[in-house]
Amino acid sequence: MGIEEKNREVAIRLSGVKKRYKLGQIGGGTLTADLQSWWARVRGKEDPNTIVGTDQRLVGQTFMALNGIDLTVYKGEALGIIGGNGAGKSTMLKLLCRVTAPTEGEIDIYGRITSMLEVGTGFNGEMTGRENVYMNGAILGMTKAEIDEKMEDIIEFSEVREFIDTPVKRYSSGMFVKLAFSVAAHLDSEIMIMDEVLAVGDMAFQRKCLDKMRTAAKQEGRTVLYVSHNMNTIRSLCDRCIVLDKGKIIFDGDVEQAIELYMREETANNGWVEGQTEFRYTDAPPRSPYAVGGARIQRLRLLDKEIALYQTGEPIRFQFQVEANRAFADLRLRMEILYGGDTPVGAVPSLSLGAFRQGEKRDFTVDFGAGGLTLGKYRVDLVLFELDEFGDSYDQELLLPAFRIEILGSNDIIWNGKSWGHFRFRDAQITPCEGLKWNG
Amino acid sequence: MEDRSQSTYHTHISSKHRLLSLNLKEVWRYRDLIALFTRRNFVVTYKQTILGPAWILLTPLFSSVVHAIVFNGIAGIGTDGVPTFLFYLCSNAIWAFFASCVTSNANTFTENAYVFGKVYFPRLTTPISNVISAGIRFLIQMLLVILFMTYFLIRGQVHPNWLAWLMIPVELVHLGVLGMGFGIIVSSLTTKYRDLTVLVDFGVSLWMYATPIVYPLSTLGEGWIRTILLINPVTSAVEMLRYAILGKGTLLWGSYALSWAITIAVAAFGIMIFNKVERTFMDTV
Repeated sequence: MGIEEKNREVAIRLSGVKKRYKLGQIGGGTLTADLQSWWARVRGKEDPNTIVGTDQRLVGQTFMALNGIDLTVYKGEALGIIGGNGAGKSTMLKLLCRVTAPTEGEIDIYGRITSMLEVGTGFNGEMTGRENVYMNGAILGMTKAEIDEKMEDIIEFSEVREFIDTPVKRYSSGMFVKLAFSVAAHLDSEIMIMDEVLAVGDMAFQRKCLDKMRTAAKQEGRTVLYVSHNMNTIRSLCDRCIVLDKGKIIFDGDVEQAIELYMREETANNGWVEGQTEFRYTDAPPRSPYAVGGARIQRLRLLDKEIALYQTGEPIRFQFQVEANRAFADLRLRMEILYGGDTPVGAVPSLSLGAFRQGEKRDFTVDFGAGGLTLGKYRVDLVLFELDEFGDSYDQELLLPAFRIEILGSNDIIWNGKSWGHFRFRDAQITPCEGLKWNG
Repeated sequence: MEDRSQSTYHTHISSKHRLLSLNLKEVWRYRDLIALFTRRNFVVTYKQTILGPAWILLTPLFSSVVHAIVFNGIAGIGTDGVPTFLFYLCSNAIWAFFASCVTSNANTFTENAYVFGKVYFPRLTTPISNVISAGIRFLIQMLLVILFMTYFLIRGQVHPNWLAWLMIPVELVHLGVLGMGFGIIVSSLTTKYRDLTVLVDFGVSLWMYATPIVYPLSTLGEGWIRTILLINPVTSAVEMLRYAILGKGTLLWGSYALSWAITIAVAAFGIMIFNKVERTFMDTV
């Protein structure tokens, strides 16, 4: 970047782009409703079409989905766009794809755009796969001759050759998407815009798509704009990344730095204060009301971290203070790890904290080798319990959750959480052996 | 190739826009899409039907028979000396063409919201392909008209103005533009007011009676009804077509000029409002 940028050709330039949306009801939807509202206003009565419970102040107010975007994307760049929900990512892509127009500002696009905001647009169930390829291709801007030329490649890539002359309403959803993606992937466009198309298809196909995009960006010199919540694909595909927040670009540059910043923003937005590694607990949630309360965890802090963001394999260390309201012979701690807030991953079932006198306060450090936790957000619940002589446990303290962490995943593989779960075991030992004899 | 593409495809999107920009060049570049849309209109309508495209011929046949019985047989309305059945067959084909230009376009935005919301292509391709589909259906029905006409020609009961047949394409464009104009105005308004769709279906069927379709203009004496009919821009186009095809029709040049004026005004207004709506309709639909 830097000096060489000046010599590079511009692919997309946005200057001062704003997009305003109206809040509240837009029109009445029906003419009569609009007339009713109008009549009510004339008589000074309450609008009968106001939805009960809507905030009147919002009606007529506006919301800036994009609030002054200036961005230049150069030819051949693979630009990642990240940002929380409502940051303006999709609005920006919609403007670039000309689905809707900006309220203010200018956009210049040099080259044809393939938008893959959602694949399979314009597919008609009644028509066969082949007919739909023509249709979809034409909608995306190809001429019939161009489609004819590419037809073989498209069918080959889509893996649905046997069904190409069957109406697509008989397709499975996977086949449908594969065919649709193939069409989009074979467009002769200079700019590709993608909004998480990879959420579809089976594993092998996802990898194929990603490769296709990588080739487009790295070898064919196409400009790629890619929006995703999957940081790993952003990492592997993009060489520049912008972070959007509340309609503005808050970061533009290096991918890793962008991801770091975005993660921090995300933690902040989820109600966990930015960089939160220190916690004090009160009787409000996360403390569960079902805890007996014989002992309390009063405070906790994560060690070695400014924000609760970890790489796979990195140990999670924290300190906490326990206060006993009565005496315990053997107070114990259980840690439960849940993925995404509700999927149990595993637990550290029982750690002894030793005996407590009434009113005693003691501090502990936990060194937790979270080891194989993979990309994603996790919550860690802490439970203090006591075992009676029969081995039954009585929960004294329940923090649901005590804290949250986010794992960034590792760079060597794209983790497919849907089928592989959320825990990566250590690599198994594998050794070639020679001269083995098998029975039979 | 890269250099060519850089210069060939430059898109400028601005918050300001011109009211009457038609961007026909872009529409032309998407001509294959228009062809495919047109094809789709036929393919999809007649998939999984027993009679298939035969319906294009069957519907006008049936309605012509019914019209002939009701309006000529029962109500005793004359047909200007043209064989009754032929008169209704021809009139129905003309009206079906115009009506479908209006109704098929009246839902352009709401029906295609899903596609329009995902990808850009010149939106005008949809109404244009709808008009072309209606035109093709009209031509197919004209074959039926010609078939029956041959019979009546042999019997010497009908005398077409062969020279005036040259006016048929002109009038098709006339009616097509007019119908599309009304259609896209309604479709632009339906993005906000859904109930206009109901009004359109109903309105178009009423409109037919304000147009000399089931009766010739010549049956009306001077009076306010005739004045309304002459203001109706469809009237003179219908009469012109019937004058050419069947050899009987009332040609009033004043009314004809007014009709073209209205057509151009409606089309211009339609395109203006369509251009305005197509830019941001996704935000309101």
